[in-house]
Amino acid sequence: MFAFIHFVKKETYHIFRDKRTLLILFGMPVVMIILFGYAIRNDIGRSDLAVVDEAHDAYSAKLIAEINASAYFDVVKVLPNEASIDNSFRKEEEKIVLIIPPHFGQHLFQPQTGKAQVRIVADASDPNLATSLTNYATAIINTFQGHISTISQPPLAIIQDVRMLYNPEMKSVYEFVPGLMALILMLVSAMMTAITITREKETGTMEVLLASPLPPALIILGKITPYILLSFINALLILGFGNFLFHVPVHGSLILLLAESVLFILTALSLGILISTVAVNQQTAMMISLGGLLMPTVVLSGFIFPLSSMPVALQWLANFIPAKWFIIILRDIMLKGNGWGYVWKETMVLLIMTLFFILLSIKRFKIRLS
Amino acid sequence: MIEVREISKRYVDILALNKISFTVDKGELFGIIGPDGAGKTTLFRILATLLLPDDGSARVNDWDVIKQYKKIRKNIGYMPGRFSLYQDLSVQENLEFFASIFHTSIKNNYENIQTIYEQIAPFKNRKAGALSGGMKQKLALCCALVHNPEVLFLDEPTTGVDAVSRQEFWESLIELKNKGMTILVSTPYMDEASLCDRVALMQTGRIMEINAPEAIIQKFSKKLWAIKADNTYHLLKDLQSFQHIDTCFPFGENIHVTLLHGEADMNDLRKYLQEKQHQELTITTILPVIEDCFMDLMTEDILH
Repeated sequence: MFAFIHFVKKETYHIFRDKRTLLILFGMPVVMIILFGYAIRNDIGRSDLAVVDEAHDAYSAKLIAEINASAYFDVVKVLPNEASIDNSFRKEEEKIVLIIPPHFGQHLFQPQTGKAQVRIVADASDPNLATSLTNYATAIINTFQGHISTISQPPLAIIQDVRMLYNPEMKSVYEFVPGLMALILMLVSAMMTAITITREKETGTMEVLLASPLPPALIILGKITPYILLSFINALLILGFGNFLFHVPVHGSLILLLAESVLFILTALSLGILISTVAVNQQTAMMISLGGLLMPTVVLSGFIFPLSSMPVALQWLANFIPAKWFIIILRDIMLKGNGWGYVWKETMVLLIMTLFFILLSIKRFKIRLS
Repeated sequence: MIEVREISKRYVDILALNKISFTVDKGELFGIIGPDGAGKTTLFRILATLLLPDDGSARVNDWDVIKQYKKIRKNIGYMPGRFSLYQDLSVQENLEFFASIFHTSIKNNYENIQTIYEQIAPFKNRKAGALSGGMKQKLALCCALVHNPEVLFLDEPTTGVDAVSRQEFWESLIELKNKGMTILVSTPYMDEASLCDRVALMQTGRIMEINAPEAIIQKFSKKLWAIKADNTYHLLKDLQSFQHIDTCFPFGENIHVTLLHGEADMNDLRKYLQEKQHQELTITTILPVIEDCFMDLMTEDILH
């Protein structure tokens, strides 16, 4: 225990004396949250909106006027028909189009002749922007409906058909936080551990440590302990920033959320140790971490690209990516407010993965050089 | 104290150690002398339980280096050939750390390191990475000594260190030896051999000779000359093509020469060199040093 405490102390000196390590540990998460957060643009100013007015009656004109008068939209263009929307989106002239089909006014007051419909088509290549825009638009239409309903009984109904072009899945605005959390924890915990252990090999200090009575397990434990703590601080940082800057909620239990984060940190650390048993120098460790961990975490975890639209082989492969399971857990807890009963399966998957990596690392760790 | 029997170690395409055997007694200062690539580091790593030999056995303090490596690791001080301390920690922090991993403290064994520590104490708050080469090695020695080991393994501790620091370093080793510590030290500097009790001369994975340095020198039976001229390169070329030459090696600004028939060939050599028109030619009889013995053994080795 005495040796262990001194080992952790020594490791802490390393971390706090190396500006680059500190920058990766704390600078990167903060920069990433801010970049990702603002890329989403929660607060949207006035946006351009185009209309396809096939009704050409008093009520369609009234609806268009109402939208134009709102704080969110400028009606900038009247498109001749639905077919021209695609072209207009591709030129990136506007992000949202309101389509009012023929006989809008007639259907509105004489429901027996048909249903009054409007259609909203949004360019969802920026999914978060698209959700916000359609939310604003439907809110305005609902208000409009309310206004005109006062002059009629029974209440008038407008059926809204919202379509998201280019990204029908529509991912939530908030989903970047779980993904980012997985990404940063993976990066910090796995890559930094792999690098810090291989650094000892590269500088030759591992040779002295191995020739000492320190048990190898204690060397590894001593090296990762500070990183467990720092990774946990990072997790808190991401949650805090997400909540404070971008109002990302935590609907479920915070304790459960943090416990799951600790589990994921351990998964990442064990992966880092495993990498360090393979890599001979820091550069190799970095390349393996970036190529073997970071890429799959970004691409195959469902963080950015929806897994359901991937080829079956990739979906199958994604099951081996720890971040996939962690993101599912986080979304359940943070966004849906689900409890242990919903996430225990994913937790088991992570736990088994962690144990597997640790066992493999122990098996691969050499008590001698080479 | 150290017992090495028929140890062999092969890396992919080279035989780093070829059936090495020797023993080191308790309290002995034993030197492994040999150029780079002789296999010194491999030997040290095997004895420090960091590498497994392919063949043969070795015991340190009567413990087997393979089976009882844990016991050995508790009782040895090992200083690798490369500077292996934490460059971003200060002198004091390094020492404290290495004491702690042996479950001891600087205070507990202070008298053990005192004389060396006092030399680096003025820099105790400086980062190890900012120390001079000699200071680094003294610190590394302190770290290897801080737990009062019974056996000390020092792999080329004076390589790349200035002459004054080298001398101070060896004074410390002799002092430790006098306290009863067993020390195995390797060096590529032949002049350091005479400071050891016994030395093993090593070349391409084999030990050519094990003996006390004086005994090795005494064994050198040939007559030896140091020859010097204005153009050393031409002189060496001409000497190599002299018909009665036995060995000739550059040694500083001189060339050390032995002849096939000793003294009898000397007159011919003088004539020969005058014909080749060497200026400022001086020829002196000298007594051999370890390096001459090493070169001689090496030549014999190649011939066999």
